[in-house]
Amino acid sequence: MDKKNKKYYLINAIAILVVFLIIQTLMSTGMLNRYISTIIMLICINIIMATSLNLSTGFMGQLVLGHAGFMAIGAYTAGILGIALKTSGMPGFVMLIICLIAGGLLASIAGIIIGIPALRLKGDYLGIMTLGFGEIVRIALTNLTGLTNGAQGLTRIPKIANFTNVYFIMALCVAAIMMLSRSRHGRAIISIKENEIAAESVGVDTTFYKVSGFAISAFIGGIGGGLFAFTIGYIAPLNFGFMKSVDILVIACLGGLGSITGSVIAAIVFTILPEALRQFDAYRMIAYSLALILMMLFRPQGLFGTSEFSTEKTLAFAKRVLSKKGKRDKKAKKGGKS
Amino acid sequence: MDVLLQQIINAIKVGSIYAVIALGYTMVYGIIRLINFAHGEMMMFGAYFAYILAVSTPLPFIVVLFLAMGLTALLGMLIEKIAYAPLRKAPRLSVLITAIGMSLFLQNLAQLIWGAEPKRMPSVELFEPIVLGNIKIDAITIVTVGLSVIFMIALQIFVKHTKPGKAMRAVSEDKEAAALMGINVNNTITLTFAIGTALGALGGVLYAVAYQKVEFVMGIMPGLKAFVAAVLGGIGLIPGAMLGGFIIGIVENMTKAYISTEWADGIVFLILIIVLLVKPSGIMGKNTKEKV
Repeated sequence: MDKKNKKYYLINAIAILVVFLIIQTLMSTGMLNRYISTIIMLICINIIMATSLNLSTGFMGQLVLGHAGFMAIGAYTAGILGIALKTSGMPGFVMLIICLIAGGLLASIAGIIIGIPALRLKGDYLGIMTLGFGEIVRIALTNLTGLTNGAQGLTRIPKIANFTNVYFIMALCVAAIMMLSRSRHGRAIISIKENEIAAESVGVDTTFYKVSGFAISAFIGGIGGGLFAFTIGYIAPLNFGFMKSVDILVIACLGGLGSITGSVIAAIVFTILPEALRQFDAYRMIAYSLALILMMLFRPQGLFGTSEFSTEKTLAFAKRVLSKKGKRDKKAKKGGKS
Repeated sequence: MDVLLQQIINAIKVGSIYAVIALGYTMVYGIIRLINFAHGEMMMFGAYFAYILAVSTPLPFIVVLFLAMGLTALLGMLIEKIAYAPLRKAPRLSVLITAIGMSLFLQNLAQLIWGAEPKRMPSVELFEPIVLGNIKIDAITIVTVGLSVIFMIALQIFVKHTKPGKAMRAVSEDKEAAALMGINVNNTITLTFAIGTALGALGGVLYAVAYQKVEFVMGIMPGLKAFVAAVLGGIGLIPGAMLGGFIIGIVENMTKAYISTEWADGIVFLILIIVLLVKPSGIMGKNTKEKV
C-alpha cells in the first residue's frame, strides 16, 4: 500500500511539474503576455483561497462568510513587512517566505479567535458572526490610518511574487489540504460536519479539531492574501470587502463543498469568466450572476459534489477501458460474436 | 440635552427603517431557513419604483408607497418561483449562493436600466414639522416611525390571528406535517415572500425619502445591517426583528454622534458578535436542545 501510494504521489508530482513547465515556457517565449500572466497568478491565489475556505466550510461544515478578513490580515501583514524589509537587501524569495509565514500566522491567530466562539454557534449564526468579523477587519484597516494608510491603501509593496513561486506555493497549499483531508485528523474534521454529537460521543475531540480547522484554514487564507499583495503590489481595504468573501464562497460552492478538485477547477473557471466577459462591459456582471444562478439551479451540489479526482482511479479506469477494448478486439477476431 | 434628544429621535427613525427591512428578512428566514441576500435589492427596487412613480405621476405619497410595495411584492413572488422554488430540496448553501447570485443580478440589472448615477428622491412634505422647544420633528420622521409601527402591529396580528398567518407558522414549524394537514405549502411560501418583499420595499422607500437618494447600491449596507438586526433579535421572530432594528439604529446613531463616524459600522458588528457569544440564538431567541 505504502509503495503504491508513493507511486501515485510521484505521478502527481510529475503532473504538477509538467503543467508548470508548459505554462512557464509559454510565458518565457512571450506567447502569454503580462496581462494573461497576472491572471494566471490570480487563478493560483484564488485556488489557495477557495481550497482553504473549503477546509472550514466544505470539510468541517462551518459556514464562513468572512474569509476575506483572513485574506486581508495576511495581505496587510505581508505587505507592511515587505515594505519594511524592502531595503534590507535580502534575497526576494527569502523575504517572500518570511512575509507570507508572518501573514499566515497572524491570520491563524485571528482564526483561533474566531474559532473559539464558533464552538458555541451553529449554521447561519456562525455565518453572520464571521461576516461581522470580516467587516470589522475591513473597517479597522480603513481607520487605522497610521499603520495601513487608510482607504487609500498600501502602495509600493515590492512585487516579489512571480509565477514560479506563486505556482509552487499554491501546489504546496493544495497538497497540504488534500493530504490533511485524507488523514486521520481530516476524517475527524469531516466527522464534525456529518454529526458533531455523534463524533464527540465516539471520542473525537471536536473542540480541538474545530479550532485547529479554523486556524489552518485561516493560515492558508492568510498566505493567499500575502501572495495577492506581492502579485498586485497595491492593496486597499475595499479589495477585502464582503463581496470578496462571497466570491471565494461562490468558487468553493460551485466546485463542490468538500471537493478540492472542484475548488481548483471552479477557481480557474470563475477567475477567467469575468475577465473573458470584460468586452461586454455592462452585461458582464449580469452574465456572471446568471451563470451563478443557473449553475445552482441545475447542479445544486456543485460541479464535483464531494468527489475528488484521483490518479489511482483514473489510471485504473484507463486500464480497464484499454483491456476491455483489447478483449473485444480479441473476441472480434475469434468469431465476430456479440 | 437637546442634542441628545434630537439624536434619539433620529435613531428611532433609522431604527424603524432597519426594523421594517429586518421583518422581511425574518419572515423569509422563518419559513424556508434562507438568508435572502436579495432582500436588500428588493428594497432598492422598491425605492426605484417609488422614485419613478413620484417623478412621473402626481399621485400622493401614500399611494406611491403602496403601489411600489405591490410592484415589488410581485417581483419578489416571481423571483421566488424562478430561483428559489426549484431548490426546495437542495442543500441549504446552494440556495444561499442562488440568493447571492440573485442579489448581484438585480444590482446589475438596476444599474443597466437606471444607470450608475444616484437619483434624487423628491422630498415629502405632508405637514409642518413639529417643534418642541429646540427639538424639531419633521414630517418624514413621524411618517416613517408611524408607518413602521403600524405595519409591525398589522403583521403581528396577521401572523397570530388569521388563517394564512396560522398556515405560515405551521409551514415554518414542519413543512411535511403542514402539507398533511391540507395546507398548500408552496402558496404559503409565495405569500410569505410577497409580504416580506413588500416590507423590504417599504423600508426602501422610507430610506430613500430619509436620505433623498436612490441608487443601485443602496440596498447593500442597509440590507446587511437589517440582517444583523434580525439575527440580533433572534432570527425568525417578528418582535425580535423589531427590537434588533431599533437597537442597531440607536447604536449606530449614537456612535456616529458621540464616538466616531468611521467606526460606527464596526461597533454595530462588534455588538452583534458579543450578543451572539452571550446568547447564541439572539436576544429573544429560545435555546433549543439538540438530540442525537
